[in-house]
Amino acid sequence: MIASSRARRGLTAAAGLSLGWAVIGALVLGGALLVGFAVGPVDLGVGAIVREILSHVPFLGVKSPLDDTEQAIFWQLRAPRVVLGALVGAMLASAGAGYQGVFRNPLADPYLLGAAAGAGLGATLVIAYANDSGASRELRPLAAFVGATAGVAAAYAIGRSVGGRTTASLILAGVTVASFLTAVQTFVQQRNTDTVQQVYAWILGQLETSGWREVAIALPYMAVSWAVLLVHGRLLDVLAVGDEEAASLGVSVSRVRLLVLGAATLGTAVAVALSGLIAFVGIIVPHAIRLVAGTSYRVVMPLSIMFGGAFLVLADVLARTVTSPAELPIGVVTAFFGAPFFALLLRTTRVAGP
Amino acid sequence: MLRRSFLVILLVLLAAGCGSGGASSPTGSTSTAAAAQGPGRIVSLSPTATEMLFAIGAGDQVVAVDDQSNYPADAPHSKLSGYEPNVEAIAGYDPDLVVASGDPGGLVDGLGKLNIDVLIQEAPKNLEGAYEEIEELGDATGREQQARTVVSGMRSQISALIEQASAGSGLKVYHELGPDYYSATSQTFIGSIYTALGAKNIADGAGKKAPGYPQLSAEYILKSNPDLIVLSDTTCCAQTLEKVAARPGWKRIDAVQDGDVVEADDDIASRWGPRIVEFVRAVAEAMAETK
Repeated sequence: MIASSRARRGLTAAAGLSLGWAVIGALVLGGALLVGFAVGPVDLGVGAIVREILSHVPFLGVKSPLDDTEQAIFWQLRAPRVVLGALVGAMLASAGAGYQGVFRNPLADPYLLGAAAGAGLGATLVIAYANDSGASRELRPLAAFVGATAGVAAAYAIGRSVGGRTTASLILAGVTVASFLTAVQTFVQQRNTDTVQQVYAWILGQLETSGWREVAIALPYMAVSWAVLLVHGRLLDVLAVGDEEAASLGVSVSRVRLLVLGAATLGTAVAVALSGLIAFVGIIVPHAIRLVAGTSYRVVMPLSIMFGGAFLVLADVLARTVTSPAELPIGVVTAFFGAPFFALLLRTTRVAGP
Repeated sequence: MLRRSFLVILLVLLAAGCGSGGASSPTGSTSTAAAAQGPGRIVSLSPTATEMLFAIGAGDQVVAVDDQSNYPADAPHSKLSGYEPNVEAIAGYDPDLVVASGDPGGLVDGLGKLNIDVLIQEAPKNLEGAYEEIEELGDATGREQQARTVVSGMRSQISALIEQASAGSGLKVYHELGPDYYSATSQTFIGSIYTALGAKNIADGAGKKAPGYPQLSAEYILKSNPDLIVLSDTTCCAQTLEKVAARPGWKRIDAVQDGDVVEADDDIASRWGPRIVEFVRAVAEAMAETK
């Protein structure tokens, strides 16, 4: 009942992303990227950074004021990290919106179906048993990716086998798989206390890059994931009416569900593999957008990409500067600043209805 | 998730040996008579204590060492854990003295109920603290004389090394605990060694906001441009000069350009036993050679 009234509003009211919100989203993301480029433990100066960037544009004749080390700091450390942060934040937020749409559950997040637990186990196994091989850091993203995908696949298989079509059985299966994988992960960790610090750092999230490699790895997967999620915005709106109503409207419910789940999981797995477990982005960003810009997935999905990217870039600015020159785990920042912000938003908007 | 994180934090603190320095006195009632003859059945739950016990000739009195104690090779290794100690399993060795580097999970209370003496030796603040722990172990095991000999040997070797390092005093040093750039400030035991050698520890730049073992940002390390890099993540994480040079931007660091990178033994650099002399030697020699 509640779901259907919400969906009907979504169906009738929104005809897609308005130009106004598209501009706001682009400005916020652009502004966040600029702040990310400008701020860091080493003060390079905003003007100097602008001139450094312009010096790479041919025929302008701008000379960079940065010395070699500062150039390396900007191009090889800061810039790729900011861009990776934007990609990961955008991915987690849009994947969260996708999961929430598929499950019609506001608490669904990218880690719901055992993706986080699976990735955590994969990364922990590599850190614990392949650490001294020297290839550990290269293997870690792959293991996290395999773990996340396997976790979700197991949850999906169990959910389908017991509950047929209901989303509740899928969510319960996800919780079950996650508990089991977390238990195994904790066991492995306890057996290998010498590597516990690295596992801990990974679990709290870290946007660590080795140049532009991570960005290049992430981009193609995320592009595919975003294409699928954006195309399905309208179908997710229809899905919100309820499975049977959606089916009567000619929507192949299980196909939409599988495609969106697959795309969101692929994107999540890549994000987790490269940045660890960054909490909260996938829940608060889509919900904040619903509170201010509307509930249609044709609005929520593109704005999640833009605001999610901006949110994580700004969170990483805090992670890099609050205890500078030491670092804070970014997962701590996203939850510590994200939670009060969201509570404030919840209080001030007070949307009528569901 | 939360509970697990909390447990992990505890373990990290323990692993880092954040304990405020100095050794606490034996808990329970170490009767002086027993100490004079020396306890015959010692269990060590601390890799550092294991190394100290064998160095002062009390190795024969040790019946079991924990799963992290990997030196010396002929120590009586066991599956006992110093991080998640199980009082029953420890009591199974029928010890009359247990040495540990912390008190996790009610270890002291549990052993106290069984009237087993416990000696807690936390990570000290500096070399003096380490010497005191060795002498304390000497007192507790009836090996006072050997303990004093070990300490005076360490003292004289290290003061010679400090002399040698003075050629490179004032050099900027980056001590690496892990490839995610965790480091150690001068307030830690390992950091105090750089102070003793007259080096400038770049981790101290983060010491105010993140004392102890801060995770440094790569930008800061590059900007600080250390003259000497000491890797204590060579066995855990297979870090080498080549690996460091391949990190983005790190080729510009003076220490990397000149090859002034010490590949230290993780175990020695994370403990405070008699083998610390080897670590001091490696760093002092590198400092003397660094231009």
